[in-house]
Amino acid sequence: MKYYLKTKFKIEYLLFLSVCFLIIRCNDTSEAYKPGQIQKINPESESYLKHEEIAVSPPPFSDGVFPCNDCHAFRKPNPVRRKLEWHEDITDIFNHDSENRWCLDCHDLIKRDSLRLASGKLLDFKESHKLCGQCHGDKLRDWKVGVHGRRTGEWNGKKEYYLCVSCHNPHSPKFKPIKPEAPPFREDEEIK
Amino acid sequence: MNFFRFVNGSFKIITKGSASYYAWVTFLILLTVWGGFGYANQLAHGLIVTHMRDSVSWGFYIGNFTFLVGVAAASVMLVIPAYVYHWKPIKEIVIFGELLAICAVIMCLCFIVVDIGNPLRFWHMLPGIGILNFPSSLLSWDFFVLNSYFILNLIIVVYLLYCHFYKKEYKVSFVMPLVLFSIPLAIGIHTVTAFLFNALPGRPFWNSALLAPRFLASAFCSGPAILLILFQILRKITKFEIKDEAIWTIAELMVYAMFIYLFFTVAELFKEFYSGTENILYWKYLLFGIGENHEIVIYSWSSIAMGSIAFLLFLIPGTRKNFLTLNIGAVLIYGSVYIEKGIALIVPGFTPDTLGQIYVYTPSITEARTAVMIFSSGFLLFTFLSKIAIAIVFEDYCIDDLSSKKRKEKVDKVPVTV
Amino acid sequence: MKKPVNYSGRRKFLKNLSLFAVGSLALSGCGPVTMKEFLQKNFRTLSKKEKDEIIKDLEKKYTAKYGKEFHVTDEPAADGVEFGYALDLSRCVGCRRCVYACVKENNQSRDPQIHYIQVLQMEKEKGIDFAHSDVHYNPELVPEEGYFYVPVQCQQCRNPQCTEVCPVKATWQEPDGIVVVDYNWCIGCRYCMAACPYGARHFNWGEPTIPADEVNPETHYLGNRPRMKGVVEKCTFCIKRVRNGKYPACVEICPVGARKFGNLLDPESEIRYILANKRVLVLKQELNTQPRFYYFFGV
Repeated sequence: MKYYLKTKFKIEYLLFLSVCFLIIRCNDTSEAYKPGQIQKINPESESYLKHEEIAVSPPPFSDGVFPCNDCHAFRKPNPVRRKLEWHEDITDIFNHDSENRWCLDCHDLIKRDSLRLASGKLLDFKESHKLCGQCHGDKLRDWKVGVHGRRTGEWNGKKEYYLCVSCHNPHSPKFKPIKPEAPPFREDEEIK
Repeated sequence: MNFFRFVNGSFKIITKGSASYYAWVTFLILLTVWGGFGYANQLAHGLIVTHMRDSVSWGFYIGNFTFLVGVAAASVMLVIPAYVYHWKPIKEIVIFGELLAICAVIMCLCFIVVDIGNPLRFWHMLPGIGILNFPSSLLSWDFFVLNSYFILNLIIVVYLLYCHFYKKEYKVSFVMPLVLFSIPLAIGIHTVTAFLFNALPGRPFWNSALLAPRFLASAFCSGPAILLILFQILRKITKFEIKDEAIWTIAELMVYAMFIYLFFTVAELFKEFYSGTENILYWKYLLFGIGENHEIVIYSWSSIAMGSIAFLLFLIPGTRKNFLTLNIGAVLIYGSVYIEKGIALIVPGFTPDTLGQIYVYTPSITEARTAVMIFSSGFLLFTFLSKIAIAIVFEDYCIDDLSSKKRKEKVDKVPVTV
Repeated sequence: MKKPVNYSGRRKFLKNLSLFAVGSLALSGCGPVTMKEFLQKNFRTLSKKEKDEIIKDLEKKYTAKYGKEFHVTDEPAADGVEFGYALDLSRCVGCRRCVYACVKENNQSRDPQIHYIQVLQMEKEKGIDFAHSDVHYNPELVPEEGYFYVPVQCQQCRNPQCTEVCPVKATWQEPDGIVVVDYNWCIGCRYCMAACPYGARHFNWGEPTIPADEVNPETHYLGNRPRMKGVVEKCTFCIKRVRNGKYPACVEICPVGARKFGNLLDPESEIRYILANKRVLVLKQELNTQPRFYYFFGV
């Protein structure tokens, strides 16, 4: 509404001026694009679901961890929640609803190289976003359309997605503070 | 060819003069050269040698420009009271007012040229060969009205002097409409210049409807102040006759202007400080400083102090009619408006900047030197033009002097101006 | 009257003299400005042939100056594209990675320093309050407790103040919404900087310097080609990248994925999803500049 008021005013303004001066060179291209042109869209429509096949970056394993079976093949599976004698690097930092959850809520007891949904369905590590999504459904939905998380590639073409675990440590997902880059020069210091 | 002789004759006037005239001209030339080296430094290194930065992207130059637009406008507007009150030497008032206007406009344009980052590209603004963004940009309006005003004044003055020089009666039917047209145009140049700032919604300090009225009122204070002193000088050294009453009337009109200016400013301050929105920050910076940053406060209060003293001197009849106090008042009001336009108008508009950051701006030495260059060359031009006008108008220097021998004696007698 | 020939001869002489004076002034004191550059017309009035020639000259000049193969292009706006940007205020941690990715991509001057992106630190209790914001914050780690961060760059307004006030039409809005500057036409009056409510325009106060090993040789005429002193420059959404399908540099670098970019006219774009599903705001909405740069809260 406001915009049209402004436009109307502008036209009158120009008309008034053109009475005095006939030469008006107006290359105003902004007229062609108005906010009103954005149509309503339905986020649940087909277009948002076509991202099922998503090109993702590979999962960022730390060195020598994967495949898990390299070690676990020789160990007897134990489903009882307990303090582990291994994986201190994980148990030390574990902070992901740690009161209620532990390894086997996400990792499969038998098929160690797979992840496991609550339903029992097994997942490859390359699809870990689906595992995250069973709790964080809203994030998964935003991520699929590129609104949560990072993507690189082309804004109108092929894109590469980063898996949730590329940015969030699955065992301690909260972002850690980072060092900021240098602040801009102070303009008055430049002078002195 | 006639016109060429007129130019030739005028040129002869300015090359002859007394020792003090030469001293004055030499002084101005030296100042111009000293300032010119400062400007040369700016040309070589860019505007980085000024203290302007992205936060405060306009400074002293644009302030001077604004002030001089006021001078240019007000000196012609004196024609109105001269006409209304039937002061006798109306023609002389027109001539000297318009000469001052011409010099002021030239200085305005110089301040624009030194302020822009690429002075060589100035031709981009010329309609026809460049592209003038008319009517959208207020700067193009300003460029247009300033040039029209300049040309108009030049035509009037040259025509009047030319007629005098050839001892012809000038055509009132030709001059009068032009003079009458130059008055609204004078108001126009100042209004458009105010709109230049006023038109920016992103700068709340300027985005007040009172800005243009305040501009005009302050111009009516400073412009006549110069002429007030000039008329007294002219009265002393030439046969220019202006009654004391006329000078007092000018002073009286200046009091009205000051009062109106004061009233507008109080209205502005009331609105800002009583409503106390975040836009108050700019006024706070100007009057009290923000945090540690008080550098500009001295400018604003010295302007206020000078203005107040001048107001009192002009208001009280005893001091208004005493030429000493009158002249002190004229100098004070001139200084007050100069600081107000030069610093106190521009800088707070940019501080804090649009993102709330404070960069403390005060003019650099280079800026001061460049301003000195423009002012001294402007004064030089005004000296020359006044000298020509004095010779032609008051000493009857005319075409005969060019061809006869008695010219020489006569020219030597031309007294010093200003 | 008697000798009109003489008179016009004198005038012609004066005219030539003044042209010569201007020309020699152009060639001497004021840096390496060639006559050709001095007389160059506004980019939008150039023919294809003139543009190609100017671009070829520029490539040669830059290649010689920086010692690497330079490319200058002038890809026009594509049909059906209007760029929009969204920044997630709930995610930005104020790390300034975007600031320096931008400097590198767009060949901003390092000294004197030009940053297209200003990251403002604001107090959570005060909300978006520029007067109490700080651009020079420098703690060990970010984000700091009690603060949030608002990066500000060109908002690519639909109703831009800056282009309206330019006295020579040296800056304008392209059909895809990007506001650009013709660096060779800009006279450096800085009226646009006074007009911009977002501090998004930056002036080359001195001769810009870019280290030759850091210079980005892939450039666009209206964007990241090296600038000269005395002209205004600004964010162009990385015109060189986005006109070739890529994301702007600041979008790609952002470590928390707070920056989103896309085509406002494409219903399937990220930006349209945000407009439809998140609540967005624009800075200084009361000024009616109608930015194409939105801020939103992802959570």
